[in-house]
Amino acid sequence: MTVLGLSPYAEPQERLARFGLIVFVTLVLLFLVAPLLVVVPLSFSDDPFFSFPVKAYSLRWFRDFFGDDRWMASLSNSAITAVFTTILATTLGTMAALGLSRPSFPFRRTVNAILIAPMIVPVVIVAVGDYLLYGHAGLTNTRTGLVLAHTVLASPFVVITVTATLATYDTTLTQAARSLGASSLSAFLRVTLPVILPGVVAGAVFAIATSFDEVVVALFMTSAEQRTLPVQMFSGIRDQINPTIMAAATMLLCVSTILFVVVAWLGARGRNL
Amino acid sequence: MTLALPHAGTAPSVKRAVRRADRPARRAAFLLSLPLLAFLAIAFVVPIAALFTTAVDNPETRSVLPDTLRALAAEPSAAVPGEPVFAELAHDLARAGKARTAALLGKRLNYEIPGMRSIVMAGSRLAAASSQGPWRQKFCDSDPAWGDPALWAAIRRNGARLTPYYMLTAVDLQQTPSGGLAPVAPEQRIFLDILGRTLLVAATVTLLTLFLGYPVAYALTLAPPLLGAIMMLCILLPLWTSLLVRTTAWVVLLQSNGIINDLLIGMGLISKRLQLIFTRFGTVAAMTHIQLPFTILPIASVMRTIPVAQLRAARSLGAPPMSAFWRIYVPQTLPGVMAGCLITFILSLGYYITPALVGGPTDQMVSNFISVYINRDLNWGLASALGVVLLAVTLLIYGLFLRIVGADKLRLG
Repeated sequence: MTVLGLSPYAEPQERLARFGLIVFVTLVLLFLVAPLLVVVPLSFSDDPFFSFPVKAYSLRWFRDFFGDDRWMASLSNSAITAVFTTILATTLGTMAALGLSRPSFPFRRTVNAILIAPMIVPVVIVAVGDYLLYGHAGLTNTRTGLVLAHTVLASPFVVITVTATLATYDTTLTQAARSLGASSLSAFLRVTLPVILPGVVAGAVFAIATSFDEVVVALFMTSAEQRTLPVQMFSGIRDQINPTIMAAATMLLCVSTILFVVVAWLGARGRNL
Repeated sequence: MTLALPHAGTAPSVKRAVRRADRPARRAAFLLSLPLLAFLAIAFVVPIAALFTTAVDNPETRSVLPDTLRALAAEPSAAVPGEPVFAELAHDLARAGKARTAALLGKRLNYEIPGMRSIVMAGSRLAAASSQGPWRQKFCDSDPAWGDPALWAAIRRNGARLTPYYMLTAVDLQQTPSGGLAPVAPEQRIFLDILGRTLLVAATVTLLTLFLGYPVAYALTLAPPLLGAIMMLCILLPLWTSLLVRTTAWVVLLQSNGIINDLLIGMGLISKRLQLIFTRFGTVAAMTHIQLPFTILPIASVMRTIPVAQLRAARSLGAPPMSAFWRIYVPQTLPGVMAGCLITFILSLGYYITPALVGGPTDQMVSNFISVYINRDLNWGLASALGVVLLAVTLLIYGLFLRIVGADKLRLG
């Protein structure tokens, strides 16, 4: 343990400091991960109260979840919204990133700052603005309105991920394709896109995660009919937290773990190319 | 003898020619980002513009009392107007009573003069019940408030298309009858408090994430590859987890019969269960947990670029370990520290979900009040004005971030 980056002739004081660092960092990492791990066993507990250690395990809360029309409706609402959001945000974001990474792009800093802004502006402000405006346009309480709002929130993630991938893309590949007679569209589809695909997919995964996670806009913009899974959870926790919410949380945790693994794998693949 | 100097005009014209030749490429690059820019203009900028207009819009008095306002304009100096204005008022209020718009006016004027709601509603019933004047007499008999100059000053003031009322209220100011600005009564001063509280919570969370995150980022640079990958997993997994799931976890942890209390009692540290949920402590703990990865990642990415040999060099030149660390290493990590802290501070300003579920009434931030004014009190003007204030503070710090760090430095994971 003591060798962690320390030279063999380190002073005792240094060894002590390094030991302190290891203990501190371990505790902080525990603080980061432990709260997530609390959710899982509780969702499999037979006990309706959140007590540790879990005495008997059961799947009753998952049965409740899948047997309840409201939960199932919110799950399908979330899935449909996420799919449309991802398609829109990935298309628009990838195109913008392709433009931004060309050397001749005008006003790059300003445009970049504008494209990132939806990530920075507090969600409540977007939610209130949409609420005020979409009321006039007849888009409140519609899925279209929610998809548009989620696309706004998700697009910066796609722009950032795809721009990062394009930074390592060798543009002579496109030039070679063009000089061999490929149209610019075909050069993009058959040369550029396959190379930057990991970045585009990572961006799409971020877009899914953003839409699936979003509560505030959905709270403002939807009636009971378009209620998404996070909104259903939010109202549940506000009302009276019950173990079915923990089952939903466990499933969301699984989904995000899968998405995370996908992105990590794509990242590793991107580096090996 | 003269030297054949290059013509003074050549250089700019070459530059211009190059720019002209470059124009199609610039246009093509820009066209690619145009769809997203246009989309954001419609679905992001226009809604925010709607927020700004709603914050100063003042339609109620103009739409409910149009004839009264016209008659008032004919008596510009009267503190309490004469019979002609009261006759128009009766006419307007009777019509509003039928169209059910009197309540809108009452609600709007009630913001400025408490009790106006019932005065307007009673006036509307009076106007509908009697067929003719003298109206001034009848109104003042039914409620002496109609003879109060302050009421008429408020009606005159709100005849304008735009109002500073909501924006002023959002920063605890009010218009005096003479047109100046004054702080509102002490018991009504709540919004600057809320803004201050929001800034305080964001600053506390930022400092805590820095205190907890800096050593982690440093340890990441020292760890061997496998251990480093595990540490990275511990940092990224929470980042990927739904914010709502993380908040749910904290609700469970902090409950009075929850795990933290169980642990503390089990270890014999406390004998009575602590109130942790619905407190400032709970809010800050949960927000720190959620923001920690955002602070760690930029610091870690800067630390990766600092050669380890530098510290060794400092030591070999005789610097004591602590001094080498503080004077050689820490200053070089400042760009990462700035980036991480600014991003955490900006994101913390906009928190809504976590304070709503984990915090108590005195931990609610600006966002929570915006939501209350939109959804419960239906006071869109004030909600929008608070939104403008929050947006202004956020953009100020985003501007700082752009200057110091730059938008293109943002990385995910």
